[in-house]
Amino acid sequence: MVKYTLKRILLIIPVCLGIAFIIFAIMNLTPGDPARIILGQSATAEAVEQLREELHLNDPFFKRFIDYLGDIITKGDFGNSYRTSKPVLNEILNRFPVSLKLAICGMITSCIFGIPLGILAAVKQYSKLDSIVSVLSMTIVAMPAFWVAMVLIVIFSLKLGILPASGAVGWKCYILPSITLMLANGCSVLRITRSTMLDTIRMDYVRTARAKGVPEPRIVFKHSLQNALLPIITTVGTIFGSLLGGAIVCETVFSMPGLGSLIVLSIKSKDTPMVTGSIIFLAMCYSIIMLVVDLLYAVFDPRIKARYKNS
Amino acid sequence: MRSLIHVSRPGTRIPDHSDQIHGRERILMNDQISTGLDFTNIEDMDNFTLKRKGKLKEFWRRLRKNRAAMVGLILMMFILFCALFANVIADKELVTKQDASIRYVSPCREHLFGTDEFGRDIFTRVIFGSRISVVIGVTAASTALLLGGFFGSIASFYGKWVDDLIMRLMDMLMAIPATLMALTIVAALGGSTVNLIIALGLSYMPSFARIVRSSMMSVSGMEYVDAARAYGSPNPRIIFKEIIPNAASPIIVQTTQSIAGMILTAASLSFIGMGVQAPNPEWGAMLSAAREYMRQYPYMIIWPGVFIIITALSFNLVGDGLRDALDPKLKK
Repeated sequence: MVKYTLKRILLIIPVCLGIAFIIFAIMNLTPGDPARIILGQSATAEAVEQLREELHLNDPFFKRFIDYLGDIITKGDFGNSYRTSKPVLNEILNRFPVSLKLAICGMITSCIFGIPLGILAAVKQYSKLDSIVSVLSMTIVAMPAFWVAMVLIVIFSLKLGILPASGAVGWKCYILPSITLMLANGCSVLRITRSTMLDTIRMDYVRTARAKGVPEPRIVFKHSLQNALLPIITTVGTIFGSLLGGAIVCETVFSMPGLGSLIVLSIKSKDTPMVTGSIIFLAMCYSIIMLVVDLLYAVFDPRIKARYKNS
Repeated sequence: MRSLIHVSRPGTRIPDHSDQIHGRERILMNDQISTGLDFTNIEDMDNFTLKRKGKLKEFWRRLRKNRAAMVGLILMMFILFCALFANVIADKELVTKQDASIRYVSPCREHLFGTDEFGRDIFTRVIFGSRISVVIGVTAASTALLLGGFFGSIASFYGKWVDDLIMRLMDMLMAIPATLMALTIVAALGGSTVNLIIALGLSYMPSFARIVRSSMMSVSGMEYVDAARAYGSPNPRIIFKEIIPNAASPIIVQTTQSIAGMILTAASLSFIGMGVQAPNPEWGAMLSAAREYMRQYPYMIIWPGVFIIITALSFNLVGDGLRDALDPKLKK
């Protein structure tokens, strides 16, 4: 187990370096001179040149990347924002709690929505309920999150006036975004729950349990669900990871001061260090969450545990 | 398959006595039986499976049985119809024509979906928007398929370190969520329709590379490929006649399903201002503009959203249907 964990943790290092390189390279394709953007069109050529020198923009690409990476690793320094001239990391950490809270809320509501409905649909396969659930989930999957958010705002904030439409102050602000994320992601939890439950429900040990006279709820929750948990955990983990960065649209619609809206704002103001920094930060969070999911997998799956115990 | 199509005559149905009958023998039987038997009896026809159905016919029969897939196909036809005949259904002039005298008109006979803040007819814009979305979805999926197919087939063909190198690179790209990746690329290149297509194509490429590689690998190890090789078939013939047709189905399914995801991502990116730019009638961009007016004029947000749903739903349903119809495990 220790060996497996170590191996997985070590594997994450090249992945993170790779991510940083890819994003740094893409962001450096940006047309236009950053120094010119900071100083504006009226600045003299000398001033621009001086700033280029200060920002090390004249260095070769690989040297800049190594310097950038070195600063991140040794000092946790993602550079300074062009827009506010403050350290990028401070801004990211200021905004991160909102995104994190939102992602957690979204993950929990997705589970509350998806798992019970998935179990129900699987237990009552081919029933009316099953077909209603599948039609519903197909339709909801096709809905763009921002549209759902707008419809929710119109109904609950503008017409009924019971929930706030924007901001991130107090728990009430998280209700509509959570519902949006629930609808956007709950369906994949539902689908995976239903299909894995259907797989396990047909297993021999479930038939044996039934023949033994084990009560039905125990068969469903103990024998089937527990064995169906692994794929569900993976899906939920993936959702959580992508919610951290993927709730961009949701944050924009509800004007929540999270990382997603920071990225959008920074892209619009051509604040390259901020965009690069926050995207690298998010992608690394995603990789770390995937690592945790993998480790959870090993904890829950005795087969993986057994494979590494002997070696 | 060619020989089977060759003898097909509409209206005659031939019983299938054995699945093992070789194609050439079947043709002979065809000609003997086609005049000798009368299949007006429905029960008889049910008892015999259709003879010359060929791969395509069999596939179509199974797809037709799938109600969800048929609904999806009808919806897809509807969207494609809107996209192809947009200029017949609505007047192209009205897409960008502004008229201050008819701002914020609620849906009525003249303006089916109402008008927006510039007095533009929302119905016309929504109809023309289908062109943009369909074009983005299809071209982005083809880009991803071409790039992914290129890398995936090289990886599976050369194997060894080439395979390792390409696939580790793809894993690394996959470690970044697709939406975030697309956003990064659009942020670097600037928001426009072409850049959006490039961004979507690149960010979905790794999953295509992976599926192309795995399906090519699973097929190239099959016995019938070895048989063809032993038989002396030239390499191109093996690739085009044996490997590609048999490796194609998971790739086709993935392409169809990812079109839905790409259309949704494209709409989201346009919504946050990173995709198709105004005044183009892209649905996401339209909703983004309508956001400011939704307090007073909520009708503005309904139809662009409904059309996005119909489009994404249709591609998802058809993709699922294709998956079920092409899955050899589910035969019969």
